[in-house]
Amino acid sequence: MSFSRRHKALGIAAGATAFALLLAGCSSSKSTPSASGDASAPAGGADITLTVATFNNFGYTDALLQEYMDLNPGVTVVQNIAATSNDARTNYFAKLGAGGLSDVEAIEVDWLPEVMQYSDLLADLTNGPDVAGRWLDWKTAAATDANGRLIGYGTDIGPEAVCYDSALFEAAGLPTDPADVAALLEGGWDQYFKVGQQYVDGSGGKPWFDGAGGTYQGMINQVAAAYEDPATGAITAATNPDVKAIFDQLTAASATESAHLSQWSDDWSSGMANGGFATMLCPGWMLGVIKGNAANTTTWNVADVFPGGGGNWGGSYLTVPADGKNVEAATELASWLTAPEQQLKALAAAGTFPSQLKALDDEASLNAAMAAGDAPTNATFFNSETLGTIFKNRAAAVTVSPFKGASYFKVNDVIQSALTRVEDGSQDPATSWAQAVTEIGALG
Amino acid sequence: MSSITTEPDGVNTPPDRLRNQLPLTWRQRRGRWDVKYSPYLYIAPFFLVFAVTGLFPILYTAFISMQDWDHIRGAGTFVGLDQFNWILHDPNFWKALRNSFSIFLLSSVPQIIAATLIAAMLDTNLRAKTFWRMGVLLPYVVAPIAVALIFSNMFGDKFGLINTLLGHVGIDPILWHTSVIPSHMAIATMVNFRWTGYNTLILLAAMQAVPRDLYEAAEVDGAGMARRFVSLTLPQIRPTFVFVIIMSTIGGLQIFEEPLIYDTFGRGGANKQWLTITLYMYNMGWLDFDFGRAAAVAWLLFIIIMAITLINTWVTRRFVSGEEAVKKSKKVSQKFAQVGGK
Repeated sequence: MSFSRRHKALGIAAGATAFALLLAGCSSSKSTPSASGDASAPAGGADITLTVATFNNFGYTDALLQEYMDLNPGVTVVQNIAATSNDARTNYFAKLGAGGLSDVEAIEVDWLPEVMQYSDLLADLTNGPDVAGRWLDWKTAAATDANGRLIGYGTDIGPEAVCYDSALFEAAGLPTDPADVAALLEGGWDQYFKVGQQYVDGSGGKPWFDGAGGTYQGMINQVAAAYEDPATGAITAATNPDVKAIFDQLTAASATESAHLSQWSDDWSSGMANGGFATMLCPGWMLGVIKGNAANTTTWNVADVFPGGGGNWGGSYLTVPADGKNVEAATELASWLTAPEQQLKALAAAGTFPSQLKALDDEASLNAAMAAGDAPTNATFFNSETLGTIFKNRAAAVTVSPFKGASYFKVNDVIQSALTRVEDGSQDPATSWAQAVTEIGALG
Repeated sequence: MSSITTEPDGVNTPPDRLRNQLPLTWRQRRGRWDVKYSPYLYIAPFFLVFAVTGLFPILYTAFISMQDWDHIRGAGTFVGLDQFNWILHDPNFWKALRNSFSIFLLSSVPQIIAATLIAAMLDTNLRAKTFWRMGVLLPYVVAPIAVALIFSNMFGDKFGLINTLLGHVGIDPILWHTSVIPSHMAIATMVNFRWTGYNTLILLAAMQAVPRDLYEAAEVDGAGMARRFVSLTLPQIRPTFVFVIIMSTIGGLQIFEEPLIYDTFGRGGANKQWLTITLYMYNMGWLDFDFGRAAAVAWLLFIIIMAITLINTWVTRRFVSGEEAVKKSKKVSQKFAQVGGK
């Protein structure tokens, strides 16, 4: 303990010296640590301390960070983990202009549009070490600003499949084998809701999916420009027929098929364990959530299918704030952490599905990493040895990269609230939609 | 030193003659400065701290409220009163205002009535007085977030304690997170749980300051317990009452933690059923990062609280006035000082 503290103090001292030298016109950051090392660290090999801020679970284990420190003597990596993505977002925007962010900051795709407005405050990572052509095109495109600067390195993505409870399927007279279920659900959302109605009838009125909120997210992410005009940034959500069509289709189906549970609520979590609903849309990282909430079941399966084509839910990037003290060293670290080899390790540790092409091509490693996990292993729990292949296929099916502008967060919140009002029975769909239109009009 | 030799003159000469005839010595001048300026110097630290932590933020908020503010770049464009205009046309602002008043009434009114009654009971000769008084204050010590968490569980829609109990008696579950008034009642309960004891202690302090011989005289005159409470205790603690009412008005209109923690999203409900004005302001700033509008809400809230407090004072003055209005209004200031000291 005391050793690491001394270490850190040395690092800060060295960092400060390095900064002073940088100011004095010493341009190569590689040479500064050794320069300050001669002055302050008798043991030889001076330190810089790099801080990495992540949230939830990125799969950056202590062992992984230690590996980087061993490869780069003189670099100490400290990870700060925020509890939720929202905490991280608040912290990010409170400090972005003022200073005080970590050297490497993780951001989530949900608030990437807001970050893109300030892309000039972030380091241009385009020319980082071996990053050219590393990621899926749409992953990189979303983090590239109008001037062609890449401001974030992709970590994971959330290609979505359908998770289902085979025991409930069997009881309702539906097929239970993942391949048969995939074939059954192949098609658009109308097919998904049609089978849902079959299930409801066959099971004596049990709900088909968890709630309108999560399902809506799956549907709206297939619309190329749902809420805003990509050219002008004007809010078009209230007049976009696609949005209204999804709202109508979903609220019509949810009247009979939804369990009316809001995502992340306690009821939702217990619903997974006690058969509260038969299906849910599940990105790769949701497997850990299901396993955690329904530890004593064995009947959850993953079907290699997604209604209406592919879908992506979530995923993150690593950014480097431009006003950091060690921008170059931080860029190197971010590049290393998002390299395919490291992302596969993170996948095994936390289920974060890679956005890197090389990792996606390596099907054997994908399957091995996804099958792992605390006992019971993912393979045992989800009754499949090829989870990696399933989500690889799901990632390949993602064709639309939805445009999300500066108002995305607010508009989405209004429509989610409108869905909740229908789900909790306080308003009928038409009234609720009318209110949402008024609220969207007021956002301006 | 020359000052020593002239000192006797300085002491004996009347001040105006001295000023006309002799130039002041350094020491005399210093003495005069001391009398003239040092009181200001003594209170200066407070005003310096106030200027930095109070006045500056207030003025800066006023400045930002007239800007389209980008807090990340620390710059904005002047938009005059547009932000105020936008907020006054936002339906959610009026919902928040409605909710704030509704929760304020549902919490403050029962709270003050209960606090008065409990204080009256504690004012009698009880065994283990300190124990009871401490017990009353206990909820106040519990962290507000913890209170909110516990009560959120109790007021759960599906598996909450209260709905389960209601189910046993055959009453349909109440939708605490859907309907407007039940959600306000739930939040008001949390507020009352926390603040009733605090107000009780303040009122109790006021009751104990009432001279005991008045009670004895009343008893001799044949006044019963209820009569003594209504005709003696209440009039005597009215000034403190004014204080408690004003404080709970300010607190009631600023209710924040309870609605924030009431559901998992902290946005005041799908139909803004329990969005209060402070929560509206907070979300405007820290979720939407629109500090221009948030600053405008802050000023509107300030104006509203000022207005309500003035109305309150006026109403309570009327209520106090009557036979001994003047006498009692003097006592108000005394009692304020007394309460402040405790």
